[in-house]
Amino acid sequence: MNIPQGLLFTKEHEWIKIDSDKGIIGITDYAQRALGDVTFVELPKVAGHVRQFQGLATIESVKAASDIFSPLSGEIIEVNTKLENNPALVNQSCYSDGWITKIKIKDLSEKKDLLDSAAYKKYVDGLGV
Amino acid sequence: MRLIKNTWTDSVSDYIANTEKDVRLMLEAIGAKSIEDLFSDIKPENKPRSFNLPEGRSEFEVMRHLKNLSAKNATDLVCFVGAGFYDHYIPSVVDHLANRAEFYTAYTPYQPECSQGTLQAIYEYQSAICRLTGMEIANASLYDGGTALYEALMMARRVTGRNRVLVDDAVSPIYRTIIYSYTKNLDIEFVEVPVQHGQSDRAAIKKHLDDKVACIILQNPNFFGAIDDHSDIASDAHRVGALVVESAYPISLGLLKTPGEMGADIATGEGQSLGLPLSFGGPYLGFMSTKREFARKMPGRVVGETVDANNRTGYCLTLQTREQHIRREKATSNICSNEALCALRAAIYLSCVGKEGLVQVARLNYEKAEFAKSLIGKIKGVSVKQSSPTFNEFTVVLPRDPKEVIAAMIEKGFAAGFPLTRYYKNMENYMIVAVTEKRTKEEIVRYTQSLESVLWN
Repeated sequence: MNIPQGLLFTKEHEWIKIDSDKGIIGITDYAQRALGDVTFVELPKVAGHVRQFQGLATIESVKAASDIFSPLSGEIIEVNTKLENNPALVNQSCYSDGWITKIKIKDLSEKKDLLDSAAYKKYVDGLGV
Repeated sequence: MRLIKNTWTDSVSDYIANTEKDVRLMLEAIGAKSIEDLFSDIKPENKPRSFNLPEGRSEFEVMRHLKNLSAKNATDLVCFVGAGFYDHYIPSVVDHLANRAEFYTAYTPYQPECSQGTLQAIYEYQSAICRLTGMEIANASLYDGGTALYEALMMARRVTGRNRVLVDDAVSPIYRTIIYSYTKNLDIEFVEVPVQHGQSDRAAIKKHLDDKVACIILQNPNFFGAIDDHSDIASDAHRVGALVVESAYPISLGLLKTPGEMGADIATGEGQSLGLPLSFGGPYLGFMSTKREFARKMPGRVVGETVDANNRTGYCLTLQTREQHIRREKATSNICSNEALCALRAAIYLSCVGKEGLVQVARLNYEKAEFAKSLIGKIKGVSVKQSSPTFNEFTVVLPRDPKEVIAAMIEKGFAAGFPLTRYYKNMENYMIVAVTEKRTKEEIVRYTQSLESVLWN
């Protein structure tokens, strides 16, 4: 299970990489394995607003269609349009080319509700995979 | 309700799996004190007066009773009634193939490994509906024309994120009743736009079209039988980001401009005309097709063509991940079924009449209706509404209450038409008359003579 350092995680298996007031969001290796082959990602509209732990996008695999929740509140400033034609990027490269959206973070203090990589690793280990 | 309660208090029933404890827990969770309390919003007059049912009867007795009841129906009338459901010829091959045991289920095939025949039939049906309506993708069918229209407006809501729906007054009032009843507890604002001279009122529609409108619902030919070209309305709607839902009569599409050609975003309709017998209450067939870009917002099942591990062509349900058994309350729609057997009949009908046959059927309908119009219009005191061209149904104005006339015509062996007062208050003497390819010249002449004699003798 690949859990990189320097990212923050949710218990719903999203990650966010914070760079000053901006964040890149994606799903974790655990999530992409659990989903199986991703067939479609329904991306949100740029300039839309999202609140912490609210639905940000929908990801569809051969098994299920699941919501991706936003780790932090903010405004959507960019979406990964490469996923429209190549949703498999989420499987192949969930922490880089398979990113989902970029947001402008509204309230950095919400970080306190996220897990660091050590805590997320412990959480995932506890799920028994 | 008492008997049910008694059954529960017996704690074990052959037919009701819930124990007394289950019932108590469920009532507590809901916050109802008792079963009576749970059903307290049902008016007493709508509740059964008694559950004292008569003793069981033998199969023979029940059959005799049912046959006596069905003998009261008039099934041999020569049919001039339409109003959305039409007396078309059904080639015998439709019954022959659809009644094969391998096909004879109304249910969706979940398992591709043992349902290739049914899945392929649905795939062919979807392809036929796409070609018929001029759209890019069709689902595996819905219950009927009215519920298909409901699903279409909900889809438009999902696509646009808007809550206002414009409805042309000339959309079947039967469908409109279904829509309003389905959406009664939803936050949707309906604006009904009255027709002008039997056609969609452009100016009124334009006045209501803005960026709050999710969709406009239109029908062609409309309930009065009038043919229209809604292309201009579609352009106006698209300018403000609203969708166009067009309910179409499939047989007419052999001659008329398709919803796709008019720029509609979602096409729906009643598929009864495609090989399904007229029957009080159905089962009928709702069809739906749309543009490719809306595929993931479309409700219901879709069968896709694929290849198996050995590269052989195969069929399976696709986009299932959007349905309620996986997505629960976030499902695209709560419809999780289709009318597979009825869709099969439509697929057989369309493939056996073929591309040219369908045009011929449509032409016959149009020409016979025009012939009937010319005769009926000559009857003293009767006028045929001529403000728009019609397909196989048209509006006549009688000198008397059509309900009396229809009753008298039954005595002469005719189902004469549909009285519009049933749904339109200001149309007292109006009746719509449908003429399909099945009506012979002799029947049309006899119908006209009978109508004249009912009115004036």
